[in-house]
Amino acid sequence: MKKIKLSNASALFEKIAETRNLYVPTKCEHSVEFKKFGEGELTYDYVNSGRSVKDFYFPQSENIVDFKVDGKNIEILPSVEEDLDEKYVVFGVRACDAASTKILDRVFLTDPVDSFYKTRRENGIIVSLACTRPAETCFCTAFGIDPTEPDADACAWISGDYLYIECNSDKANELCAAIDSVCEDADASELTETKNNTKKILDKLPLADLPLDKISDKELKELFYSDKWLHMSEACLGCGTCTYVCPTCQCYDIREFDTGHGVKRFRCWDSCMYSDFTKMAHGNPRLTQTERFRQRFMHKLVYYPNNNEGIFGCVGCGRCVASCPVSKNIAGVIRELAKGGKAE
Amino acid sequence: MQEIISVMKEKAAKLLAEGQVRCVLGWKRGEFFYESTPAVFESAEELEELVYDDFCGPNLAKYLIRECAKEGKILVFAKPCDTYSINALIREHRVDREKLYVVGVECAGNLDVNKIRAKGLTGLVGFEDNGDTVTVKTLYGDETFEKGELLLERCLCCKGKEHKIADETIVLNEENTKTVGADRFSEVARLEEMTADERFEYWREQLSRCIRCNACRNVCPACSCIKCVFDNDDSGIASKANTDTFEENMFHIIRAFHVTGRCTDCGECSRVCPQNIPLQLLNRKFIKDYNELYGEYVSGEDSESKPPLLTFTQEDAEPSIVKERGNC
Repeated sequence: MKKIKLSNASALFEKIAETRNLYVPTKCEHSVEFKKFGEGELTYDYVNSGRSVKDFYFPQSENIVDFKVDGKNIEILPSVEEDLDEKYVVFGVRACDAASTKILDRVFLTDPVDSFYKTRRENGIIVSLACTRPAETCFCTAFGIDPTEPDADACAWISGDYLYIECNSDKANELCAAIDSVCEDADASELTETKNNTKKILDKLPLADLPLDKISDKELKELFYSDKWLHMSEACLGCGTCTYVCPTCQCYDIREFDTGHGVKRFRCWDSCMYSDFTKMAHGNPRLTQTERFRQRFMHKLVYYPNNNEGIFGCVGCGRCVASCPVSKNIAGVIRELAKGGKAE
Repeated sequence: MQEIISVMKEKAAKLLAEGQVRCVLGWKRGEFFYESTPAVFESAEELEELVYDDFCGPNLAKYLIRECAKEGKILVFAKPCDTYSINALIREHRVDREKLYVVGVECAGNLDVNKIRAKGLTGLVGFEDNGDTVTVKTLYGDETFEKGELLLERCLCCKGKEHKIADETIVLNEENTKTVGADRFSEVARLEEMTADERFEYWREQLSRCIRCNACRNVCPACSCIKCVFDNDDSGIASKANTDTFEENMFHIIRAFHVTGRCTDCGECSRVCPQNIPLQLLNRKFIKDYNELYGEYVSGEDSESKPPLLTFTQEDAEPSIVKERGNC
């Protein structure tokens, strides 16, 4: 483990930025977002970034291929985004978002591998930053994530006047030279007090006690046919806010755009909240908002864990909790489902 | 506000018990003190969960479209500004007046949890309303603010405390009949003062944050199309993501145009935007314009009068006015 005075941390960032594009938490008008180092005011004062880290390797929309039509000839042209080959480092990713990458990896990096995602994932080094001031909307601990020990390629902590950093993966070794050149040696024990202080807060978080074990104990069909969905979904507006701020939502749509002399094919995030989600030739399998609402939570709490050794498809970042226009969120759904009740 | 909630519950329970209404539309608490979810109550037992306080921002009017499609009468609790939306929906025949029992409830202004967060507070776990001030309790200590600092944008420019439609009203505190709203067009005027380039720059900065979650559209009581053109594959412009800057701009500008004259400036669009885009300014610009061009019109003040863009008179401004005025 290494450390550097916070007042001098820009020396470290400058070093890293010499070899790769470095994105750091940057103050924006209403939120903190990852922006290129040097293009705004860096800040450590944030619960979480507004947009999740997912944007880096699963952008909201990306071009896939172009078709050029000339009479009866169709020419297929590769149409990759300029930033696909960008080598980058993201600094300041919270433990929840760091855990979300592992959830997405299981989807996109298993056969058939998503080459776009794979390229962007391989091109990026994620440096996480331990939390010290969790919000009431945070519930990563309910999923077994420790925000004081975030798991990523490299990990950073802030304690007292120092920024601590440790490399955890082969990928991050590339950063070692930069780190070694400006940082001094440190011992993990220097962080004990800070971590303990954070842990005291974690114990008090109102959502930390979400009864997820009660969900795991239930049968898929019991939850699917629960009569609670109708009531739980009655306020849902069917907007895509929860899905678009989510670091683990992974559904996308492939769309085509008529350019007038050809076709641009791109993919963009989809939302199970939208009326045309998974619409097929025969029509739409989920005709009501209740069914679509159920899909989101069944996916995160039942289907994904069933297919992935019990790992939930949510990391408790709390973004959806904070941003749902009608305050209908996964925390309430977990509590309601855990209570049990009549199944049809 | 403890008192008013018991009056509300009593009233609702009575009408339910008498069979005068099928259900009650109100708010229910979520996980936190600031979370108020619109909810349908069908029994006195369910009504125990009814809440009404500083955080009942959500406008319930749009839910009436769905509830009116069912049998029976609906009791809806409405803040003064919500009544404008109810009137507008009646005017557009989207809800049936005969099926409504509107109970106007007094309003002291709603608070915006995002403004609490913007003060640098996190770990919000409790709240005390002390009248002019409020105390927010957090895991890191308590802090007290002037209530005015935390009001929702729409409450800063309150349209008035009078219920524009109500079968009865519950107003217990005389203070809640006084309107203390700032001029809602001052920010629009500031933007009008800008050069076209500056204004374009301003809106690009704001609209470039849009993630096309459609929260603004889905919450909007004026956006009541059964199938939105942006969801309709056959329209050729259906989209789930802004793939270029043109789409970012046009989605919001087209939406604002579409609701011009019908929008009551309820401010739900900007309240729900997860990206903090000041969408109310687009609506207010159009309101300011038609007020100037066609004479004052307040959408939702009643449920009959036609919006200026749905009528024609000989005195209407000629289209050339746009050119004469310059940067419109």
